[in-house]
Amino acid sequence: MPREHILHKVRTALGRSVGQAPAPAPAPRLRIPEVDAEARLASFFRRIESLAGKTFHAAAAEEARAYVERVVDGRPAVASNAPFLRECGITGLASVQTGFTAAAELRAACVAAACGITSADYALADTGTLVLLSSPEEARTISLLPAAHLAVVPRRRILTGLDELFSRLERPADQTSSMVLITGPSRTADIEQILIRGVHGPGEIHVIVV
Amino acid sequence: MTGTPLTHIQATLEDPRLQAAIYKASGRLMDHRRHAIDPEELPDFQELRTQANLLKRHTIENLDHYLEMFQAQVEAHGGQVLWASDGQQVADFVLELARRKQARLIVKSKSMTTEEIDLRDRLEPQGLETVETDLGEYILQLAGERPYHIVAPALHKTREDVGEIFSRRLGVPLENEPEKQTKIARAVLREKFLAADIGMSGANFLVADSGAVVLVENEGNARMSTTAPRILVAVAGIEKLIPRAQDLAVFLKLLGRSATGQALTVYTSFLSGPRRETEIDGPEEFYVILLDNGRSKLLADPEKRQSLFCIRCGACLSHCPVYRKIGGHSYPWVYSGPIGAVITPQFQGIQAAGWLPFASSLCGACGEVCPVKIELPQLLLELRAEIQKARARHSENRWEKLAFRAWAWVMRHPRIYEMLGMMAGAVLPGASPGDWRERLPRWAARGPLGAWISQRDLPPLPERSFRRVWRERLRAGKS
Repeated sequence: MPREHILHKVRTALGRSVGQAPAPAPAPRLRIPEVDAEARLASFFRRIESLAGKTFHAAAAEEARAYVERVVDGRPAVASNAPFLRECGITGLASVQTGFTAAAELRAACVAAACGITSADYALADTGTLVLLSSPEEARTISLLPAAHLAVVPRRRILTGLDELFSRLERPADQTSSMVLITGPSRTADIEQILIRGVHGPGEIHVIVV
Repeated sequence: MTGTPLTHIQATLEDPRLQAAIYKASGRLMDHRRHAIDPEELPDFQELRTQANLLKRHTIENLDHYLEMFQAQVEAHGGQVLWASDGQQVADFVLELARRKQARLIVKSKSMTTEEIDLRDRLEPQGLETVETDLGEYILQLAGERPYHIVAPALHKTREDVGEIFSRRLGVPLENEPEKQTKIARAVLREKFLAADIGMSGANFLVADSGAVVLVENEGNARMSTTAPRILVAVAGIEKLIPRAQDLAVFLKLLGRSATGQALTVYTSFLSGPRRETEIDGPEEFYVILLDNGRSKLLADPEKRQSLFCIRCGACLSHCPVYRKIGGHSYPWVYSGPIGAVITPQFQGIQAAGWLPFASSLCGACGEVCPVKIELPQLLLELRAEIQKARARHSENRWEKLAFRAWAWVMRHPRIYEMLGMMAGAVLPGASPGDWRERLPRWAARGPLGAWISQRDLPPLPERSFRRVWRERLRAGKS
């Protein structure tokens, strides 16, 4: 059995025995700065814009809906099942499909869609990052297959950064099989280090904070 | 030195286009990194490096514990862990899985570990189409080459090269615009993603307390490979473990910045097991293959085991004056640059790769930029000492030993030393104009001595030697 063989080699090399408790691990290093909501929002938007993402601050749900409607512009779009999108009235827009519960149908819709609309579980101010946990409300494909990704996020979900995220979510795997951090549009610099957006994921990203 | 691929190195040095490409690309990576770790941007960069080093040291020193914890957690989340001693065992598992599931097409995201074991070459002859989906890796797969740099695999290819490769291999019209070339690849690969039966990835980190595979990338191909196909297989070296999800707050801040100067790469995926019952999409089967392939050998030496701390950011390559001249393909294995020079002789033995630790100016840049503080220069020195000792045993360096013995004898005989000094004055720099090397007797310009002086100059000899000046002063003092 390769398992026993490898573990045996590892233990022999390290001078450890089966079941031996490890030395105490270094304490986790999580430093959460105090940043007020205003500054978090400003930093979040500045970061996204520096990555060529679009930002919009909606005073009310109605403004968010209107912004999304303008961007979608009658093109086919898929919205996730996040209750917040429904609350904003986005799932009711004419060309927006939503309510998918089966992977195959969702994928077919996303392949044909120009825009994917999601919310986000968290956002990180210091890097301009959206954090999406896969769940019945958020599917992975919606923020991945369509050429444009629109994320509509309640303002209170903007955290300072990674340290705050991991202190809230000590073990993301307890909640989901997939957590993805999205920081700007898909990009590559593999040919002559020239920056090109929209390789496999969306080349366009809009973040709407309500 | 034995085994040095001199012809390849010479060809790289004499190719001005390639030299410019390497310099430009690595220079840009250096600039981006410098901005990203600026104290205004990241005031605690050095503390993070220290913490990352402590965490890696702790994990490696208790590796068996974390490997077992990882396996238990993957299984608790509905996935499976396989163990492989070498590349063949990885391939055997994948081929058997493919046979069982009647799979024909694999989409793969970028992974140095699968490059290390030549996975594609083991799968494709068995009729299993395996497609690289990172743009750079895809270009290299079509060209039949291996990565040139850990994070910029195709940095030696120009847009014209890419245009030629695409038109030859994909049958598309010649296209030299990178933007349009990217669109071509996107369209071809999108079809592959949607048709693939199995998605494969490497792992940037394996999180022990969560049973999670963490992948960082910019293009979205790793997300595609791990989302679209029904089956996910991740291949990772056993050294990729970190204890807790919370430790990612340290490592993620270092990896993107050190690699490409990004605070975070565009996508960071944290994947633990197949999709849960209530989740809408994602793979239905989740396998992680833990690969040894020689790693456990490196654990025995308490100093050298730090070679396994590496998080493959590529910063030591971009900052290395030797890598920047001889390029990634002059190194004998997929891992190039200083980290390649340190791990290749340890994995492949000093017979095959013993020249590598000597191909360094020991400037220390690699150690300075390493985000997990691997003491690369010290490791290079240690390996040099080991290799010399082994060579002495095999009396491979008979001439060198003889030369040093002669030198020691001359140093103990002042008259002879002085006489030789006067003779050297006739040929060496300072004696007369022109290249001193051309004045050497022909026998001296050949062989090992010739190779040695072909790349080295000497400072001009002073007109009067120190000994002569000393004698003159003594005489002047007396009178």
